[in-house]
Amino acid sequence: MMLLVLTILLPAAAGTASYFIRPHRWRRLLWGTVATVHFVLSVTAVLTITAPPLDHWIGMDSLSAIFLVLTSLLFLGATVYGIGYVAREPVAGQMDFEDGSLFQNEPESVFTGGLLLLLAAMTLAILSRHLALQWVAIEATTLASAPLIYYHQNRRSLEAAWKYLILCSVGIAVALLGIFFLRMTIQEGSHDLTLAALLERAGTLDHRWLSTAFIFMLVGYGTKMGLAPLHTWLPDAHSEAPSPVSAMLSGALLNCAFLGILRVQQICAAAGMASFGGDLLILFGLLSMGLAGAFILRQADYKRMLAYSSVEHMGILALGVGLGGLGLFGSFLHTINHSIVKALLFLTAGNLLSRFHTKDTMKIQGACDALPISGALWIAGFLAVTGSPPFGTFISEFTILRAVLEQGRWVTAALYVLFLLLAFVGMAGIVLRMALGKSELNRVREPLTAVLPPLVFAVLALLLGVYLPGPLADRLQEAAQLLGGMGK
Amino acid sequence: MTLISVLLILSCLLLLGSSRLHVAIRVVAIQGVLLGALPLVRSMGDLLHLGIWILALSTIISKGILLPWLMNTCLRLSGIRREIEPFVGFGPSLLCGTALLGLAVWITDRLQLTQAQVPQVLLISSFFAILVGLFLMVTRRKAITQSLAYLIMENGVYGVGVSMSLDFPFIVELGILLDVFVGVFLMGNLLFHLDREFEHLDADKLTELSDLSKSAPVVEAVEENA
Repeated sequence: MMLLVLTILLPAAAGTASYFIRPHRWRRLLWGTVATVHFVLSVTAVLTITAPPLDHWIGMDSLSAIFLVLTSLLFLGATVYGIGYVAREPVAGQMDFEDGSLFQNEPESVFTGGLLLLLAAMTLAILSRHLALQWVAIEATTLASAPLIYYHQNRRSLEAAWKYLILCSVGIAVALLGIFFLRMTIQEGSHDLTLAALLERAGTLDHRWLSTAFIFMLVGYGTKMGLAPLHTWLPDAHSEAPSPVSAMLSGALLNCAFLGILRVQQICAAAGMASFGGDLLILFGLLSMGLAGAFILRQADYKRMLAYSSVEHMGILALGVGLGGLGLFGSFLHTINHSIVKALLFLTAGNLLSRFHTKDTMKIQGACDALPISGALWIAGFLAVTGSPPFGTFISEFTILRAVLEQGRWVTAALYVLFLLLAFVGMAGIVLRMALGKSELNRVREPLTAVLPPLVFAVLALLLGVYLPGPLADRLQEAAQLLGGMGK
Repeated sequence: MTLISVLLILSCLLLLGSSRLHVAIRVVAIQGVLLGALPLVRSMGDLLHLGIWILALSTIISKGILLPWLMNTCLRLSGIRREIEPFVGFGPSLLCGTALLGLAVWITDRLQLTQAQVPQVLLISSFFAILVGLFLMVTRRKAITQSLAYLIMENGVYGVGVSMSLDFPFIVELGILLDVFVGVFLMGNLLFHLDREFEHLDADKLTELSDLSKSAPVVEAVEENA
């Protein structure tokens, strides 16, 4: 318990302190230390804490254990990358290579502070077992990340940050209404909104109110998770943010909103309404996959392409949870795979961006020639994100497909495969053209901090495809059982 | 309680029909004060409870004083006075407003509240505020109106919460309030930058980033800087 509180308070305190520390070296040291300690704490917590608490507001079950370690790992990677990144960014004004205007970055202290506060808010969102507290945390993630999107302080990042803040805040307000309705499901007795209390009395909850609450929370958190058609802010925000931030937003933050939806689906499942929520999730999931696939096909900006790919994968996650049973297992496995791969891709995209100075896919070729490591990672990331074997994504996407087929949903299965192929074809054209061929830029040595994190993520993505460790499989199994799935 | 609900509805109608932004800000400030007083009125018997007072006071200070002050500063610095040429005119907006009020009544009716202690009037007016907030957000051009609309909507959500007499723990209530406050504060901050970068506050001109309508503004920007 203390351990968990510490994982929240440590980054929160460090984030606040970052705003006031003047020397860059000390602040970067603090940043790196906190990221490492947070990772160590999370892993320790997952290894030592077994029983989920009953009446605490903060606690950990298998589901949050998976999300916590994943978030912490991604943050560690983004930190190693980010410290090098901010050190290379010029302090003075610089020329915008897209519209030629001048802009100046936010002070580094604001950037570091925002990232650490974001980590604190995400950890709270993952660990809170009180639904209203979780709402507060998820809204706090929006607030902590909006200044990060505006890091470059140019017109496009301003527009992206504005849309992000407005749309996500409105979405989240809708989710709060949903939580109010959830409280109305409790017919008598205390109106305790802790997860434990709600699950315990799941049988007596009013179904009409519960379905209303589910819809509101799905729409609200779905906005933040980037489910189509509520995803419109996502490509803007994820493409305009600096690359380590994009990696956090796509790989970790979307998961937090996903967890918000999972919690209410967990209550629905306990109340015997799993299929009500499930059908809605399948609908939203397929819609997201289809829409994202269509936009990937004609995408001219590779960071936007990655952002749409996130929408697609959020669709896959929603679909898997909607199916229930084996789908839950596949969906949680896919959460891990997607986060790792998307972090790998966004960090690599940052390397390409800093070398080629353009986000236009048509203007880049020969990435492998100019940047051998990043170029190779770019291709590996593309193969992984489209679910090609032997990467972990293949296994998880295939598991979800098996779940669809087991339930005999032929139309869903056909659409699922079609949309996956669509994304594959769309990304293949773009990525391969960028990576292969000869570049007019000469070859340079890439900084270690810029290639090491994506390299580690690539190895992890590969390993997960070849071998799923026993303890992890157990955790995934338990998490699936929480939502009434697969009881082996 | 009924008085506050009626005032809330009237203020929303006023917001729909008014083009002067500083009037709109003042009306939103009044809404904030009304809502801040709501928990006090709601829990007449329990006035000695310290938490309620802290909550009421912090709501009034943040929503009634600080945020309107911030908005006013934005307004003064940007030099705009009025909402010009909204997508839906002010007369039609009022007409839509009555329709939205009907919708709010219908929603409240549909909810089929079994708990008798939920005050229907307050629920209607709160839903109305949420709908008006959403309506203003999509039909007005100025970015500053959008953040006001968010505040109105948030007021409505707060009202729904109070009318369902949510006994959220005190700390959570404060957390919600803090989130809303920081949210609008950040919006205000971005407004300053919007004004500086784009030299206007028209949110509908924020179209550089879109996959549907490509690139005319980018060309303009290059010319400006050349």
